[in-house]
Amino acid sequence: MSELTGDTDHMRDEYMTQVRRKRMLDGILLIIFVALMMSGFMIADDRNAGGFWDGLHRFFDFPKEVLGEAGEKIAELPGHLVKFFPSLIETINIAAASTLIGAMIAMVFSLLSTRGLARWPRLIPLFRRIMDIMRAIPEIVIALVLIFIMGGGPVPAMIAIAFHTAGALGKLFSEVNENASLKPVEGLQSVGASWIQRMWIGVIPQVAPNYLSYALLRFEINIRASAILGFVGAGGIGYELKNAMSWGKGQYDEAAAIFILLFFSIVVVDQLSSTFRERLTHGKKVKMKVTA
Amino acid sequence: MTMTATDADHLKIEAARIFSRKRMVSFGVPLIVLAYLTYIFFAFDVPGLAKRFEIDNARALVADSYSYKTHVSRDNRTGDVSVSIEGERKGTYAAGTSPEWVALGAETVIDLGKGHVVTYGADNFVSYDIPGYGMITAQPSRAKGVQAELPQGDVPEWINSSKNRLTVTTEEGRLTVTRNRTETFRYFIGWELFWFTLDSPYHGMGPVEVMNRALNGEAAEIWSDFWNNKMWRHADVAWAIFETILMAFLGTMGAAMVALPLAFLAAKNFSPFTVVRQITRRFFDFFRGVDALIWTIVLSRAFGPGPLTGALAILITDTGSFGKMFSEALENVDEKQIEGIQSTGAKPLQRYRFGVIPQVTPVLLSQILYYLESNTRSATIIGAITGGGIGLLLTQAMITQKDWEEVSYYIVLIILMVMAMDWFSGWLRRRLIASDESGH
Repeated sequence: MSELTGDTDHMRDEYMTQVRRKRMLDGILLIIFVALMMSGFMIADDRNAGGFWDGLHRFFDFPKEVLGEAGEKIAELPGHLVKFFPSLIETINIAAASTLIGAMIAMVFSLLSTRGLARWPRLIPLFRRIMDIMRAIPEIVIALVLIFIMGGGPVPAMIAIAFHTAGALGKLFSEVNENASLKPVEGLQSVGASWIQRMWIGVIPQVAPNYLSYALLRFEINIRASAILGFVGAGGIGYELKNAMSWGKGQYDEAAAIFILLFFSIVVVDQLSSTFRERLTHGKKVKMKVTA
Repeated sequence: MTMTATDADHLKIEAARIFSRKRMVSFGVPLIVLAYLTYIFFAFDVPGLAKRFEIDNARALVADSYSYKTHVSRDNRTGDVSVSIEGERKGTYAAGTSPEWVALGAETVIDLGKGHVVTYGADNFVSYDIPGYGMITAQPSRAKGVQAELPQGDVPEWINSSKNRLTVTTEEGRLTVTRNRTETFRYFIGWELFWFTLDSPYHGMGPVEVMNRALNGEAAEIWSDFWNNKMWRHADVAWAIFETILMAFLGTMGAAMVALPLAFLAAKNFSPFTVVRQITRRFFDFFRGVDALIWTIVLSRAFGPGPLTGALAILITDTGSFGKMFSEALENVDEKQIEGIQSTGAKPLQRYRFGVIPQVTPVLLSQILYYLESNTRSATIIGAITGGGIGLLLTQAMITQKDWEEVSYYIVLIILMVMAMDWFSGWLRRRLIASDESGH
C-alpha cells in the first residue's frame, strides 16, 4: 500500500515536472516570439519612410479624399464604370487564360511526378524540382522581364501567372493523383493502352473534380495577381488604376470607380467559386455514399 | 421476371444516357477550352506580338546575365584612354593601370584573343587586325569623319562602315569608331567584380590566396571589401531580403493574432448573436475583397514607402483570409472534448484553453505557416509596388535596362529565398504539429 502511494507520488512528481518544463518551454517560445514581433515592428517602422504613429491618423485621409471626390461627381460614376469595364474583362481574361494554361501544364507535370503513374519513374525528382522552382518564382519577376522584351500588354502577365500557377497547381494535383485508384490504369495497361490513354481515360476522370476545385481556388488568386501585374505595366484594370492614381488630386473619381469594379469582381468570383467548390466536394460525397 | 426485365431496360436507358452525357463532356470540354483559347489568342493580339517583340532586348538580357564586357575607350579630342568594366564609373581602372590584355603606352595595344588585335596609334589612328580577313584601319578626324579603310572585296555584314561611324562586330569583341570616340569591347563569361571591386587589393586574387590571407588575419578587411562592394552592394541586398522576410513575418503573424479572437465571434458554435456573427463575417469579406493592391496604395499614402507599409498591407488582407479559415476550423471542433473538460468542472475560459485550442492549433498553425511562405512572394510583389525590400531592388535594376546581371542575381536570390522559406515553414510545421500531438 505504502509502496503504491509512493509510486503515485513519484508519478505525480514526474508528471508535474514534465508539465512545468513544457510550460517553461512554451513560455520561452512565447517570449522569443513577442520579442521578434516587437523588434521586427520597430525595425520596419524605422526603415519606413513615414512612421507608424504619424501615419495612423492619416490612414483614412486618402480613402476620405477618394470617396469625397467620388461623392461629388457621383453622376459621372456610371460612365466611369462603363468606361473601365473592358479593362476589367481583360484582367479577368488574363486570370482565366493563365489558370487554364497553368492547369494544363500542371496536369502533365503532376502525372509525370506521381509515383505509380509517372511515364519515367526515374525522372520524378527532376519534375518535382522543376515544379518547386516554378512555384517559387513570384509572378512579378517574369512579368517585368517579359514586359521589357515584348512590351506592355496582357500576354506577359498571362505567361507569368501561368508559369507560377503551373508550379502551384502541379504540387496540389500530384497530391490528388496519389489517392487515385490504380485499378483502371492497370486494366487499361492490360489491354495495351498507351501512357497518354491510360492517363486520359484511367486517371483524369477520377481526379477531375478535385482538379477543378483547386483550379477554381487558383482562379480567385489569379484575378488578384493579374490586377497587381497591371499596376506594373501589364494591361488590364491595374494599369488603368495606376494611370488614374497618377493624375492625382481632383481625378480620384476614376480611381474610385476602378476600386469599386475590382472589389465587386473579386467578391463575386470569390462567392461563385466557393459555392461551386462546395457543390463539387459535396456532390462527390453523395456519389460515394451511393456507390457504397 | 418481367419486373427485373423492365428494371434492366430502365437501367440500360439510364446507362446510355449517362454514357452520352459523358461523351458530350469529354468532347465538349476540350472544345470549349480550345474555343476560349482561340478567343484569347485574338483578344490579346498574340499575332501582333511578333511585331512588338524586341529581339535585341532579349539578346542583351540573356548575354548580359552570364557575361560582361570591358570597355577600352579613347576620347579622340584629348587622346585619353580609359579602361572600365561595363563602362561604369565604379568599375573604371585607375589611370595608368589596365588589365593584362591591354598594353598602355604611346600605342595602346588591345589583345582580344585568338589573334584579334586592336591598336590605338598616334593621332587617333586605329587598326584592327582580324586573322583570316585582314587589317581594318581608320583615321578619325573632326573635319573628315572616320575615314575607314577595309581590305579589298565585299564588305561583310558584321562590318558597318559609313562616313561618320565604323562598327566591327566579331566573336571576340566589338570596335566602334566615331569622330569623337574610339571604343573597343571585350566580352568575358561571368559576373564582373562580384567579389571585389577594382579598388580593393583583393581584386584578381585566386580563392586560395584570399583564404590564405584571411587565415593570416586579414579576414575582417576581406569581408568588409566584399560586403561593401560598390557594384553589387551585398550589404544592401542582404538588408533588402531581410526586409522582405520581415514584411511577410510581421504581416502573417500580426494577421493571425488579430484574426484569432475575431474568428470566435464569427464561428456559429461560439458566437450566440447572429448579428455579431454576420458583421464580423462581412468585415472579413471586406478585408479580403479589397485586394492587397488597394490596401498597399491606401497604406503607402498614409505611411510612405517602406517595409512597414508592406507588412500592414499583408496584415489587413490576411486578417480577412485567416478570419474566414479560423472560424471554419472553429466550427468543425469536436464538441465531445469540450463537454469532457466541462464535466471536470472547468470554467468557460479553461474550456476554451483545454477543449478548443489544442484541437484547432494544428490546423491553424499549418495554415499560418503556409501563408508565411506564400506571403514571402507577396512581399516581393508589394515591395516592388510600394518600395521596399528585394522587390524594389529588382524594379530599380530593371529600370536602368542595362544591369541585367544584377537582375538575374536578384531573381536567383528571390527564388532561393522563397524556396528556403518553403522549406523552413514545412520543417516548422512538421516539428510543431508532431510535438503538439504527442504533447497533449
